[in-house]
Amino acid sequence: MTVLEVNNIETYYGAIQALRGISLHVDEGEIVTLIGSNGAGKSTTLKSISGLAKVKTGTIQYKGKEITNKPPHQTTILGMAHVPEGRRIFSNLTVKENLLMGAFSVKGKDVIQERMEQVFTHFPKLKERLNQKGGTMSGGEQQMLAIGRALMMNPELLMLDEPSMGLAPIIVEQIFEIILHLNSSGITILLVEQNAYQALSIAHRGYVIQNGEIVLSGKGSDLVENDEIKEAYLA
Amino acid sequence: MLQEILQSLPQVLVDGLTLGAVYAVVALGYTMVYGILQLINFAHGEVFMSGAFIGTAFFILIMGMGWASAIPQFILLIIVLILTASITGLVGVGLERVAYRPLRNAPRLIPLITAIGISFILQDVVRFIAELFNGNYIVTGPSLFSEQITLKASAISSIFYDARFKTSFLIVLGVAIILMVALDYFVNKTKWGTAMRAVALDRETASLMSINVNKVISITFFIGSALGGATGVLFAVQYGTIDPYIGFILGLKAFIAAVLGGIGNIRGAMVGGMLLGLMEMFASANLSLLTGGVFGAEYKDVFAFAILILVLIFKPEGLLGKPTAEKV
Ligand SMILES: Nc1ncnc2c1ncn2[C@@H]1O[C@H](COP(=O)(O)OP(=O)(O)OP(=O)(O)O)[C@@H](O)[C@H]1O
Ligand SMILES: [Mg+2]
Repeated sequence: MTVLEVNNIETYYGAIQALRGISLHVDEGEIVTLIGSNGAGKSTTLKSISGLAKVKTGTIQYKGKEITNKPPHQTTILGMAHVPEGRRIFSNLTVKENLLMGAFSVKGKDVIQERMEQVFTHFPKLKERLNQKGGTMSGGEQQMLAIGRALMMNPELLMLDEPSMGLAPIIVEQIFEIILHLNSSGITILLVEQNAYQALSIAHRGYVIQNGEIVLSGKGSDLVENDEIKEAYLA
Repeated sequence: MLQEILQSLPQVLVDGLTLGAVYAVVALGYTMVYGILQLINFAHGEVFMSGAFIGTAFFILIMGMGWASAIPQFILLIIVLILTASITGLVGVGLERVAYRPLRNAPRLIPLITAIGISFILQDVVRFIAELFNGNYIVTGPSLFSEQITLKASAISSIFYDARFKTSFLIVLGVAIILMVALDYFVNKTKWGTAMRAVALDRETASLMSINVNKVISITFFIGSALGGATGVLFAVQYGTIDPYIGFILGLKAFIAAVLGGIGNIRGAMVGGMLLGLMEMFASANLSLLTGGVFGAEYKDVFAFAILILVLIFKPEGLLGKPTAEKV
């Protein structure tokens, strides 16, 4: 089943055109990665999907439902979570409060408690830091918190924007392992990365974006072998 | 000289805390809106003033009904506070919806000018309505809680003189403190209060948490304006006579209290308001004494503002503010 279907979208920031007709789809159970260099339009694609950026033309469907230009609080409630670039932890809120904000639309204290326990199984460190201010956590911890916060929504589709950004290799390794783990537990993943090699090696399929256009797509294992990609992104 | 300052201290404390509590609650309205929108809602002083008029109108109306004299004054006050706060809260929500939301992405100066324009409109609307019903825009409400109380400070130590005040002082102080404690609880301990802080920190990310940001902003305006209106009622109870221009100076001072405490910081607004009230009353009682008669009590504002300037020189972010905001 197709979870997400993006159809020829164009997105502008004022007069600047960031996306020039992006089409992609994500099927249930997949890990799909979107790779490309700085300024290619990766983040803008995710923002257009979740509703943070307005698309000018094109359509976006989530599980067959039209969500084009719906505001984020309406798209995310359908079961898609967007972990933004740079983690964007609520710095003055405690770890616990950050997690609770992830569960903002969730009804029932016991459901929330249960989800929190689930998040702790992925990120045990968060449990020890419940009352620490989010902003005082290390980069790696903040990324874990950002993912944990998104998991509080119990998403069917998890969109991650450069989760490995600025992290030490061991931490990046951990994060990718967790992504694989989440995927095997049934969460569909759309992963934006500059870390092309690692992203492609865990992804079922990948898209390469350049100047707001998809220039290549295919199976992750094929793209890793592709000469153009090797030259441009895996040097 | 020290002896004279000490003698008047009990009275200064009572007067200063009461005035400070009024500043503090009004300051909350400025600071909450600033925290969430980086907007200085200069119309907030006029929301306070509107509250004073609406409350006085309710008092006159209810007390004009014969049977109402059976209602204890305190119950009456609570009813009027709730009614008035609800109305001014909705006025605040309406202002944001009509005047500020369309300008949310405009350069900052534009909503600021709009706010000043709204101040004038509110002043004139209230003045028009007051003249229509009262024949005069200066309105005197019924006298409430006017028994005199004497605080026997001299019994504690002969250094002090007794402090004398009306019951209304205690009422104002008590209600203001209850409002502040309730707000503090709401903001720090409830789901919507946490969402309010999240929106203030990062609106985009908050919206990714399924938080309806516009709704949170509306709630912020409702609470801020309800508190402002309620304080207007308290002011009317305490001073009896009100006019459509009381919101200007009081609003300005409450704004200064918010800056003093660190604009955007809720507890800062409370501390700033209390401090400003105390400093003002202290200056009012002692300025002439301290300066050998050169400056009289009428210079109390200069004294208060001088302290504000000093604080801002040494701590530009305000007493409880964060050094250099981490806003994006
Ligand atoms: N808020 C904005 N205002 C104006 N232009 C923007 C804005 N955000 C992004 N852009 C522009 O849109 C284009 C795409 O940016 P985007 O952030 O989507 O790139 P990206 O692929 O995520 O890059 P990076 O890897 O550096 O995060 C860039 O040219 C960028 O300058
Ligand atoms: Mg990006």
